[in-house]
Amino acid sequence: MALNITANRADSTLLDLPWHEPLEEWDPALLAALPRGISRHVVRFVEVSGRVIAVKEIRGDIARREYDMLRQLRRLEMPCVKAYGVIDGRTTPDGRELDACLLTRHLQFSLPYRALFSQRLRPGTADKLLDALAVLLVRLHLAGFWWGDVSLSNALFRRDADAFSAYLVDAETGQLLPALSDGQREHDLDIARVNIAGELMDLEAGGVLEEGADPILISRRMVARYEQLWGELTEVERFETGDKWRVDERIRRLNQIGFDVDELAISTDLDGTTIQIQPKVVDAGHHSRRLMRLTGLDVEENQARRLLNDLDAYQAAVGRQNDSDEMVAHDWMREVYEPIAANIPRDLARKLEPAQVFHEVLEHRWYLSERHDMDVTTQWAFADYLAEVLPAKPDEQSVVGVDTVEMPVIALFDD
Amino acid sequence: MATVKYDNATRLYPGNDKPSVDALDIDIADGEFLVLVGPSGCGKSTSLRMLAGLEEVNGGRILIDDKDVTDLSPKDRDVAMVFQNYALYPHMSVADNMGFALKIAGIDKGEIRRRVEEAAKILDLEPYLERKPKALSGGQRQRVAMGRAIVREPKVFLMDEPLSNLDAKLRVQTRTQIASLQRRLGITTVYVTHDQVEAMTMGDRVAVLKDGILQQCDSPRRMYDHPNNVFVAGFIGSPAMNLFEVPVAEGGVKFGNGVHPVDRSVLGSTGNRITLGVRPEDLEVSGEDGLPINIDVVEELGADAYVYGSVAGTDPGDRPIIARVDGRRPPMKGDVIHVKPKADHVHLFDVETGLRLGD
Repeated sequence: MALNITANRADSTLLDLPWHEPLEEWDPALLAALPRGISRHVVRFVEVSGRVIAVKEIRGDIARREYDMLRQLRRLEMPCVKAYGVIDGRTTPDGRELDACLLTRHLQFSLPYRALFSQRLRPGTADKLLDALAVLLVRLHLAGFWWGDVSLSNALFRRDADAFSAYLVDAETGQLLPALSDGQREHDLDIARVNIAGELMDLEAGGVLEEGADPILISRRMVARYEQLWGELTEVERFETGDKWRVDERIRRLNQIGFDVDELAISTDLDGTTIQIQPKVVDAGHHSRRLMRLTGLDVEENQARRLLNDLDAYQAAVGRQNDSDEMVAHDWMREVYEPIAANIPRDLARKLEPAQVFHEVLEHRWYLSERHDMDVTTQWAFADYLAEVLPAKPDEQSVVGVDTVEMPVIALFDD
Repeated sequence: MATVKYDNATRLYPGNDKPSVDALDIDIADGEFLVLVGPSGCGKSTSLRMLAGLEEVNGGRILIDDKDVTDLSPKDRDVAMVFQNYALYPHMSVADNMGFALKIAGIDKGEIRRRVEEAAKILDLEPYLERKPKALSGGQRQRVAMGRAIVREPKVFLMDEPLSNLDAKLRVQTRTQIASLQRRLGITTVYVTHDQVEAMTMGDRVAVLKDGILQQCDSPRRMYDHPNNVFVAGFIGSPAMNLFEVPVAEGGVKFGNGVHPVDRSVLGSTGNRITLGVRPEDLEVSGEDGLPINIDVVEELGADAYVYGSVAGTDPGDRPIIARVDGRRPPMKGDVIHVKPKADHVHLFDVETGLRLGD
């Protein structure tokens, strides 16, 4: 059969890769990183025209299904890796058929959870990762995605100010439904609880989980965090007609946790004494959308919140509360943000994203001000940060690793 | 150990006017391996999810061990969906890999150890319990994953197309493993597949669904020998049964140039045409009195051969006529042969209702 390449942005260098060889036997010189761990499928990372691409060897129909699923999820604006293509019709020179390959783009500056735990971590990191995963799961469930295999290893994490945001990596088991039943959500949560506790117990056994962190408690907290967020986003709220402020209050609360309300159902009972409201359509990314509108910057939600706070502080400091937000944002970009983002030395640019550097510079400024007991300028903080902090950090632009350690019923019964 | 009962169970999705599962009635015995099979969209996965508590039940009930579980949440039903993508954790011992989910469920150490050892015995993993997964072969790792489901000791195992990701060869090996493991454990199992061969080789009984409606629930043998309607007749069996719509004649039905005898009571209970079904192995090469077949393809399998063709002088339909012939002297492509059903080996169905006629 002839090699069949489906790619959403075809690149002729794809053809240079040895598709006629089993992925497992690819020359290590081709790989962007060496594989690690026991993996369910063979996965390798290669560089195509300067971008890292993950290649997963998998049966053709499943590859195409996952490719379509990832694209559908992207269209629904879900945080997930970008499907890049499917290579099918692979045969070895002696005519043996090989499985297809699903290609996804590596998500820049994302980290597998194991990579995060192998760094020296601040306390509470496990909780923060789980918070991010809970948000991801809520968003997927609201969109009607039944994941089926929720776990830390099926997600990637990006630094997001002092938190993380999570991206879905593996959609192989997932289904998109018109809406999820409570039973289906519970099923995902059940799987999440067991998988996460297992993954953390494994880290504990490997000696990299922080002292005193309890895998079972952390995984339970993730579920609790999910339930809390789900409630906030979907629950019906009832109040007396006189308490109409509670409508605005609900919307404000949702904005605060990063969601816009696109549709809110409001109804009154028959005699008109009580009102009930329920959010019907909510959209994550309240702050990142606002920042995007004002500055064109495309960053994570908490980073956006941080940048917007700094923008507000700037507006107050220069006494321009009466100017339009757009104009002030334009000047803030020129005077505050860009001097930092555009001046990260090239050799340090692979360490963190500019928006994350900006966040850390603001943190550093606070820390320096504390230490010197005086207000420190952002420029000073930036210079000190570049000299003292950033060089010591690991490169995080293209951290890859095969960290899924999964084994379904697919190996040979060879013994 | 448990019985399962679907009692008129119905699932109607909001916005649909037809139920996805319509008044399903099945009694599953303790320890039985029941397979739900049917084409895509037939309601088999929905039926399984209704039992698991993942899908709302809009009408009827579901009982496990005579207890109504219709409104219970998934985790209160004591059922286990097995063979999802189990992870194996590299830093944990095989025993911990098998038992950690019990720890999460708050089961005490001694009990976990007991269940892990028992499962290890069944799975031939006893000598490896203290090792790390890395030290195991692929097949042993596989069994660790199965062990994780077994130690939960659920009342019912539920499996939704667990083999669909495998290539053909592995699928055959793995289905044998699962079937024999289920028999050793004796845990009631409901298994969903779209593959009728898988259904027929694994199940104690097979339930065929179509458009949300149960067509037949029987042992594989009975299902093969005695399909209740035209759909089951055409769905079960590989290669598929030949189905002909034939006119009623004096003392039987017209088949090719001859008449195939049919009991008068059967002929009297239907219209002037009948659907006649005959499996490829039940067609025999005959003289001129049979049905003339133009042979398009000959598939030689050694002892036997299958010939695929169409009725001479007619348009080849979508479904070829298939006959099993002697493999040592098969006809050639392009030949015309005459075939007729062996006596007592035909299945008759009402043209209108599709229901089986006679016995």
